[in-house]
Amino acid sequence: MTDMIRAEGLVKRYRDVVALDGLDLTVGEGRVLGLLGPNGAGKTTAVRIITTLLSPDAGAVRVAGIDAATDPDGVRARIGLSGQYAAIDEHLTGFENLRMVGRLYGMTGRAAAERADELLARFDLLDARNRPSKTYSGGMRRRLDLAAAVVAAPPVIVLDEPTTGLDVRSRQQMWGVIKELVAGGSTMLLTTQYLEEADLLADDILVIDHGRAIAQGSPDELKRQIGGERIEMVLAEPAQSSDAARILDAVALDEVQASDKGRHLAAGVSGGAGDLASVLTALRSAAIDVLDIGLRRPTMDDVFLSLTGHAAEAEDELSVESDEAMV
Amino acid sequence: MSRLLTDGWVVTQRNLIKIKRVPEVLIWVLMSPIMFVLLFAFVFGGAIDAGDDLSYREFLLAGIFAQTVVFGATFSGASLAEDMTKGIIDRFKSLPMSRSAVLVGRTAADIVYNVLSLVVMAFTGLLVGWRAHHGVLPTLAGFALLLLFGYAISWIMAYVGLIVPSVDVVNNASFMVIMPLTFVSNAFVPLESFSGILRHVVEWNPVSALTQAARELFGNIPSGMPVADAWSMQHPAAYTLIWVALIMLAFVPLSVRQYARAAPK
Repeated sequence: MTDMIRAEGLVKRYRDVVALDGLDLTVGEGRVLGLLGPNGAGKTTAVRIITTLLSPDAGAVRVAGIDAATDPDGVRARIGLSGQYAAIDEHLTGFENLRMVGRLYGMTGRAAAERADELLARFDLLDARNRPSKTYSGGMRRRLDLAAAVVAAPPVIVLDEPTTGLDVRSRQQMWGVIKELVAGGSTMLLTTQYLEEADLLADDILVIDHGRAIAQGSPDELKRQIGGERIEMVLAEPAQSSDAARILDAVALDEVQASDKGRHLAAGVSGGAGDLASVLTALRSAAIDVLDIGLRRPTMDDVFLSLTGHAAEAEDELSVESDEAMV
Repeated sequence: MSRLLTDGWVVTQRNLIKIKRVPEVLIWVLMSPIMFVLLFAFVFGGAIDAGDDLSYREFLLAGIFAQTVVFGATFSGASLAEDMTKGIIDRFKSLPMSRSAVLVGRTAADIVYNVLSLVVMAFTGLLVGWRAHHGVLPTLAGFALLLLFGYAISWIMAYVGLIVPSVDVVNNASFMVIMPLTFVSNAFVPLESFSGILRHVVEWNPVSALTQAARELFGNIPSGMPVADAWSMQHPAAYTLIWVALIMLAFVPLSVRQYARAAPK
């Protein structure tokens, strides 16, 4: 399998902030790599370097075998970028935006116009074809931006937080469009801070924090990495917390985690339903009331928390990426 | 090179569509020169003596033309500064297009603005008594020189637009430069009314040369008005062209480099 994106040892500093600290990543042909990390982890910086918008202080990028440093236009011709903030001209209509991008890829006026209409239909924007894009909703803008990214049918698509800020419905619509592109055989690099999104769309996930890779694998592998199933329970009486914790600890693989003033307890287990049954029996005989108890597999949130020591959605005050403010 | 022209033209079209979508800008572009013509012709017409009343109006028009093309150039700066705050610049930069096309297309759109303003002003001028006396070719040459100078200023403003943080700064900065540049010149008052060091400044101010050259080409210099001895006033068209060349040589490469470097703000 050929690597369509190969980035090695990327380093980028902004004054005294290190945005990327020796990041390596590869994406094989036809694969989808999810680059997962909180705000300020360096995701956008990595995307900007890979798409030639930014030069790294150190390291190298090859896209489809082409060196970004020596032939940036070659890389640009093979990558479609859809950024965090829709890169469209709001005074132009959807059609005009796409036709302009087609012309700038070197298409003739007619070919660019045909391609524009084809994409408007495919991305469900035909009704808004002749409206200035500033009248578009957030979801429509993102779809138009994604359409602009694939005008030249590039073999590699890079999506930087494609659904950040979208409502649930628009997000699901966007996921549908992205899945379609993936099914068409595109190689994709996708950054996101939504674990659900990475889980849903990506074949492989690279978790980064503070500009460094901290874990890599398929969504399942990452979940396994932090242990298997967990028992979680919510107690009716916080006063019974220590008793309940003792019972859970008897089957736990790791330390019992308590939160919400001890009302909420969780621990990893290896015995599955059998462990759950024995915990339930023990709780009943100790007369401890539980409002809810269950066995569950770890979510990507758990993965993230255990890998980085902080929650995925947490805002980072020193964020480099948030400096690139939306206007 | 052909790629630059095609891409430049595509970006120019994009900027021209904007004129259609935000007509307020165009209205301002066209109204302010009309206002200037009427203001100077009727309010200051009697107060500033350049011979009789009618010849002041004739004398005045070239000055207003010069001022307008210089002001028109600020659109490049303001539009680029605005673009740099938007995602669209990322789109342009991620495309395998000519690196300078965004700047070429932006400054070319300024020419269209300036052509429109010059046409409107020329007609307003005709209404208040301005005439070009030397025939078609010199008249066209006069307008061409005005547009060329405006185009060069567009590149300065493009550079300013790329280095400053916001559109407001472009507008304020250009006002600070353009007002003295056009008022400390012979655009509105005869050169003779300046004295001392200021007079030298006015004589060598490229806006004075541009105005003087346009007046000569239009035949708008009142008989009996003395011509200054300075080389710039003796050869105003050549002096203007030298400025155009110097500005372009300096600011085209500067702007292109700054564009390549600038990240969106």
